[in-house]
Amino acid sequence: MGNIKIADVLKKYTMVIALILVIVFFQIGTEGKILFAQNINNLISQNAYVFVLATGMLLCILTGGNIDLSVGSVVCFVGGIGAVMMANGTNMILAVIVMLVIGLLVGMFQGFWIAYIKVPPFIATLAGMYAFRGLSNVVLQGYAVSVTDAAFLNIFGGGAECYIPDFFGGETMNMTCLIAGIVIAVLYILVTVKNRISRKAKGYEVNPLAGEIVKTVLISVLIVWLFYKLANFRGISAALVWIALILLIYSYITNKTTIGRYLYAVGGNEKATRLSGVNTKRIYFFAYANMGLLAGLAGILTIARAASAQPTYGQGYEMDAIAACFIGGASAYGGVGSVMGMVVGATLMGVINQGMSIMGVNANYQSVVKGLVLLIAIIFDVMSKKEKN
Amino acid sequence: MAKVLLEMKNITKTFPGVKALDNVNLKVEEGEIHALVGENGAGKSTLMNVLSGIYPYGTYEGDIIYNGEVCKFNKIKDSEQKGIVIIHQELALVPYMSIGENMFLGNEQGKKAAIDWDKTYAEADKYLKMVGLSESSRVLIKEIGTGKQQLVEIAKALAKNAKLLILDEPTSSLNETDSKALLDLMLEFKKQGMTMIIISHKLNEVAYVSDKITVVRDGSTIETMDKHTTEISEDRIIKGMVGRELTDRFPKRHDVKIGDINMEVKDWTVYHPLYPERKVVDNVSFNVRKGEVVGIYGLMGAGRTELAMSIFGQSYGANITGKLMLSGKEVHLKTPQEAIKNKLAYVTEDRKGNGLVLTNSIKINTSLANLDSISNHKVIDKDKEYQVAEEYRGKLKTKCPTVEQNVGNLSGGNQQKVLLAKWMFTDPDVLILDEPTRGIDVGAKYEIYCIINDLVAAGKSVVMISSELPEVLGMSDRIYIMNAAKIVGELDAEEATQELIMSSILKSGEGA
Repeated sequence: MGNIKIADVLKKYTMVIALILVIVFFQIGTEGKILFAQNINNLISQNAYVFVLATGMLLCILTGGNIDLSVGSVVCFVGGIGAVMMANGTNMILAVIVMLVIGLLVGMFQGFWIAYIKVPPFIATLAGMYAFRGLSNVVLQGYAVSVTDAAFLNIFGGGAECYIPDFFGGETMNMTCLIAGIVIAVLYILVTVKNRISRKAKGYEVNPLAGEIVKTVLISVLIVWLFYKLANFRGISAALVWIALILLIYSYITNKTTIGRYLYAVGGNEKATRLSGVNTKRIYFFAYANMGLLAGLAGILTIARAASAQPTYGQGYEMDAIAACFIGGASAYGGVGSVMGMVVGATLMGVINQGMSIMGVNANYQSVVKGLVLLIAIIFDVMSKKEKN
Repeated sequence: MAKVLLEMKNITKTFPGVKALDNVNLKVEEGEIHALVGENGAGKSTLMNVLSGIYPYGTYEGDIIYNGEVCKFNKIKDSEQKGIVIIHQELALVPYMSIGENMFLGNEQGKKAAIDWDKTYAEADKYLKMVGLSESSRVLIKEIGTGKQQLVEIAKALAKNAKLLILDEPTSSLNETDSKALLDLMLEFKKQGMTMIIISHKLNEVAYVSDKITVVRDGSTIETMDKHTTEISEDRIIKGMVGRELTDRFPKRHDVKIGDINMEVKDWTVYHPLYPERKVVDNVSFNVRKGEVVGIYGLMGAGRTELAMSIFGQSYGANITGKLMLSGKEVHLKTPQEAIKNKLAYVTEDRKGNGLVLTNSIKINTSLANLDSISNHKVIDKDKEYQVAEEYRGKLKTKCPTVEQNVGNLSGGNQQKVLLAKWMFTDPDVLILDEPTRGIDVGAKYEIYCIINDLVAAGKSVVMISSELPEVLGMSDRIYIMNAAKIVGELDAEEATQELIMSSILKSGEGA
């Protein structure tokens, strides 16, 4: 148990290592610009929708490599409804609730066909992709509608004021942000130590000490460094809070709850799961209903960031979310994948996008590179499966 | 003496943990029909897979000498080029393609980039005539019955220029008339000089059609009988098939008290989910008592799994009728959830397909069917889960480094133990074990038997479905015999013998 095999570590953290290499590459290529505080902040805010959508997409993919193609259109549809409501003077809280509920209803609608009528997910959501794109146009009547509600923009990460204010009045940097970073890192270390001690006390197997220390220290340093960087710009953005919240909730669901467990089991072996007394239809329904809910949230974040809703918003979002999951190690056959893996995948895509933009790479080639990264990630997934057999 | 067309010399094939074939020798003369008989898992199909190149040269030991030369087949195409064509038990036809398209699938007529459809259908019709099938080759496969589909398979083989035709259970899905027609067709081909190997469970058919019979048992060829020199009767074949002595391969049960009836099934009838007119379980009644092991013996396709799965919350079949009583109360179980709640467990024969999530750990598989018992408000208590998995690992002596190991990496015997653990953890009163020792080695089998004994000693009831006669005889208190969707006999352990069981199956076959 004591010795760690380098090959195993490399295999387990391939994408993390790839991410580091890509960052190093762009650090050189952009002469350090990629790690500017403002760029890191932008990376997070720009990709908030990817993190949120990819979280939902991950649950769908876990159930057997099933994807949801409609999310881009749903983002636009939900955003359009919210923007029109607020433009007509609806209370912001009511508008947010309506947007989330509509997202959920859309997801339930599609989930019903997929889970109970056995319409293939690809087709059911392809239909949704067309239909909700059209409905977005209907709702917005083909025009852009701007969003001006200041409270809405601040809370959901739009405009200049969408940062958590500095309570400590730091002069050169945002002290609240830095302190939050340190607190989170300390909490992380405490939880890790506590888990280790309690596992040991119960006589369970624990990870090798050296490896665990290295991992904990690296992650803690990373957290503090990230918040230090952010503190140098404007501090913690609302987008980051939303991302963190979603990631925490869904990490918990996938790791700790029975429904999370069933998502993996259905994707790993649907028949065995059904014969184990699990209502597998309900699992599919849950995955797609939840996807709709998160698409609703992504719609809110999208119109807040742009301070408007347009009939073209959300195009291609579904592909970004799918790609983030697969690059992050989710299996195209289902049953394998994790929220943390998806975060690495989404970050990798975001860094590549931003790095190339800063370097001034032609947008067409950016797309080519993204495609290749996705292909390589999937090849890796397939090859590593083959080895086992 | 006729020329020897095929000789398989000292073939040994090992799978991880199992020796499937052990020094097998087989000689087939030109122009004869040679039968291979033996129990399920004796190694017949493995032998044929070696011959046809499904297991490529180098993965087995020994030599294949065909037409005087040593053959090293790497894939099926290689053996087909030599004229060795195998027709598998499961029909390998694409339902939405025409007969002609199916016959030349992978062997398309004309050029690669321009298939000559006229030639395809003309050729197809020619071969269809040879097998006596009066359908146009443009008819879709799904339009014709299984009997005709089997003939298409044979025509397909002929179109490949077959010199040695291997038929694996060709009549298993056919009714009496179609079977007879097929056997007569084989005899017709023999007259024309074709050499054939037939694998079959139906001994009356084997005796009817074949010139020589080779018995395979436990991965070895036991004997070859020549119809022309010795009198071949079904009894004689059965003796060869089951001729081993039962020693202490089965652990003894001491003083297990057999109590009241725990589960009773009455007039149980199930129809095929896709072909609603076909009965897969026909008016079956049986019961099992507390502390009792009841064996259900039958050959593959007798309807045993269908019976078990239809009882287990209607997880198979359509239009299920009959009465199911658990501990004296009638229950209607519509889903596996309800079955589990009523303390019924079904341990599948297909542990990889229907039983385990191979990409998940032992721990996760162990708890899957009873996750609620280790959860608070749907949140899993991982400590408890780990303890449960460890407890069963110890109890069942599962060999693994940790319970965090993926079950996909375990041996068959250990996978079976994880599967048993999963169902024992649901705390059932009645366990239906479907082929609990399929494909696992002798040592692991013994351990599984010990687990079964522990279960009944704890007052549970075990229904053990098996197609291994010695196992059924060695483990059961009572034995039901199933054939062609019906229970055709019930025997107490004391009176049961292999010959008695086999003959009750054969008799029921003749009666139908």
